[in-house]
Amino acid sequence: MTTLNTQHLRNYPTKPEKVYFYGTCLADSLFPDSGMDAIEFLEKQGVEVLYPQGQTCCGQPAYNSGFEDEAKAVALAQVAQFPLDIPIVIISGSCGGMMRHHYPDLLKGEPGIENFCERIFEFTEFLVNVLKIKLDDKGQPEKIALHTSCAARREMGVHITGQALIKQLDNVELVTHKYESECCGFGGTFSIKHGDISGEMVKDKSKNLLDADVVRYISADWGCMLNINGALEYQKKSLRGEHIASYLLKRTQDIEASIKENKQSALFKEAK
Amino acid sequence: MTSHINEPNESKYAKSARAFRGNVTRDLANDELRSNFRGAMDYLVDKRKNSFPSADELETLREQCKLIKQRCLLKLPHLLEQLETNLEANGIKVHWAETITEANEIIAQLITDKNGKTVVKGKSMVSEETALNDHLEAQNIECLESDMGEYIVQLAGQHPSHIIMPAIHQNKKQVADLFADNIDGFEHTTDVDALIGEGRRVLREKFCHADVGITGVNFAVAETGTLCLVENEGNGRMCTTVPNLHIAITGIEKVVEFLDDVPPLLSLLTRSATGQIISTYFNMISSPRKNGEKDGPEEVHLVLLDNGRSQAFADEELRQTLQCIRCGACMNHCPVYTRIGGHAYGTVYPGPIGKIVSPHMLGLEATNNLPTASSMCGACGEVCPVKIPIPKLLQRLRVESVKATTGKPEVMKGEGSGRKTIEAIIWKGWSLLHKHSILYNTSMWFATRLRKLMPNNIGVWTSVRTAPKLAPQTLHEKIKARQKLNTKKGDS
Repeated sequence: MTTLNTQHLRNYPTKPEKVYFYGTCLADSLFPDSGMDAIEFLEKQGVEVLYPQGQTCCGQPAYNSGFEDEAKAVALAQVAQFPLDIPIVIISGSCGGMMRHHYPDLLKGEPGIENFCERIFEFTEFLVNVLKIKLDDKGQPEKIALHTSCAARREMGVHITGQALIKQLDNVELVTHKYESECCGFGGTFSIKHGDISGEMVKDKSKNLLDADVVRYISADWGCMLNINGALEYQKKSLRGEHIASYLLKRTQDIEASIKENKQSALFKEAK
Repeated sequence: MTSHINEPNESKYAKSARAFRGNVTRDLANDELRSNFRGAMDYLVDKRKNSFPSADELETLREQCKLIKQRCLLKLPHLLEQLETNLEANGIKVHWAETITEANEIIAQLITDKNGKTVVKGKSMVSEETALNDHLEAQNIECLESDMGEYIVQLAGQHPSHIIMPAIHQNKKQVADLFADNIDGFEHTTDVDALIGEGRRVLREKFCHADVGITGVNFAVAETGTLCLVENEGNGRMCTTVPNLHIAITGIEKVVEFLDDVPPLLSLLTRSATGQIISTYFNMISSPRKNGEKDGPEEVHLVLLDNGRSQAFADEELRQTLQCIRCGACMNHCPVYTRIGGHAYGTVYPGPIGKIVSPHMLGLEATNNLPTASSMCGACGEVCPVKIPIPKLLQRLRVESVKATTGKPEVMKGEGSGRKTIEAIIWKGWSLLHKHSILYNTSMWFATRLRKLMPNNIGVWTSVRTAPKLAPQTLHEKIKARQKLNTKKGDS
């Protein structure tokens, strides 16, 4: 069932020459390669990518914990880093949701805040709706699953664009896993404050992904993948999530590289 | 944290809500309970989905019903007065109760005035809220729940685990065992129809002899002075027609302005709740028995309960809490409710709606754990028929819970009671670090270099997951290095 939700309706600009890139604090400290891959992929589409070195975190952890003043100070510091009137591409639906849909309340009355929020685009949303990208799949045939974060799905409404990108890959079969739209249980500080509930949720999510019998699952959110991959590794399973930016870069690169990668994953599967 | 002082009139649910963490541990370990909930919720999710074949129709109806409820709330004080006037003109007596104790006392008085000894009850969550049965039974007035689910939980000495399906936590085998222990002459069976038949047989006896019928109300129409009651079992019809005295109890937010407001709300209510296009029964009560009528009570009373609702009403954002039509769709779709079940919350109203409404009824001090027990996945807000932004309200309650108390008038009872000094200091420090990129980048530089020293065991996180591993170099550094390289290439 599709959800017609007015908050997801927006006007998209034409393809810009330049964009800002928001890396997110999780990618910065834990998974920087996916950030690099996303930048490289955007550049390959003929877009110049600017990365302000002053960016840190969107403020969501403090915001979700109820500490709004603390979140506000951090949010304002982010806004100041992106002065040019060009799109800000962000490789996380969750941080994107924070900046696009929660900043207007958190930073109400701050000059230029509406314009800033209007410039926020989640990575897959940007590729599909702004760049109107056409992908040329050069990889080997494989089955994958897609995990869309709750913020990407329900705040940003970009689960559709993630699916659309995967469907453009001719050799990739997208398998729908059971309870696909159900939360993985991360929820930031929820996973600490109510760790037992969160733990049961991620156990179920990882089981449903394993049951889908895929070689990998793809997501555009490191929060979820930190959670799910951590659980899969704890269970000593070989299945892992990969950021959609890295995956798209790899699938559209020359064939040699992807054969090598596929051999590796085949070996991995045997080890399982 | 402020220490808790027991109030003499405090709801018994304040105590069980405070025990939330312990309740969760208990119920997560109960495999049978969890399988009962998962199975039932999957069933209800599916039923709802199938009853809305057109997504566009659903969205249009949700928007319409949201606007109806918002309009009615905007005029709430006026509509309540209009409702009272029109009900009284129809011969229905109206009583106002600010607290649960007041509501219980009003009802007990009405019953004793008529020398009533036995009560049959239709399903009413508001009477659960006031713990009416406890109050009446203490005065030797027998209360029998006549909704099948309510009857089961009453026999089991429990309270509802779901607002629409009170006994959803029990499977048919558990119900059969319960009947065997409590009903004389019951032949043990796990056949659902036979079980329901047995329950009905017991209840029918009681309907014929009860002095009083007590029910809830789904919509109270101000324009016409009409009480609307939605039900499936006919027990509501019995409670409101057979006994001589009918007492209805409801929250002040159930008033709607026009009779025309009812059809769209009803359509969304039944479809969101059970996936039914229409409920089996829909009762509209507009007066006591009139001359020449063959059935109906001689007296009809309505008790309108506040119990914290006016606190929610006073704040424009929190007021949206009162849009709720009690369909239960939010709990059916909630990944937390599906796993911990309804009793773990310790409150009358469980699930997402319980998390946003209970703090107004029981105070934030007793319910601080509820707003944080959400991954903010948004599934509740997505299905809410009247578009209550539940995640947004959970977020707001988190703010109210941890805010530093100032001299300003309170927004909520118990605000600031969830504030812990250590947590406040951590977020202050976190904020400072992320506000100044020099501090952030320096500390990240050190953290990534010292990553080998990071602990592998980080409490509850690593009880089911491995610990996160910091990268050798941050994205900031990698990009700087790449830019340097590109500049060099450009120079040469």
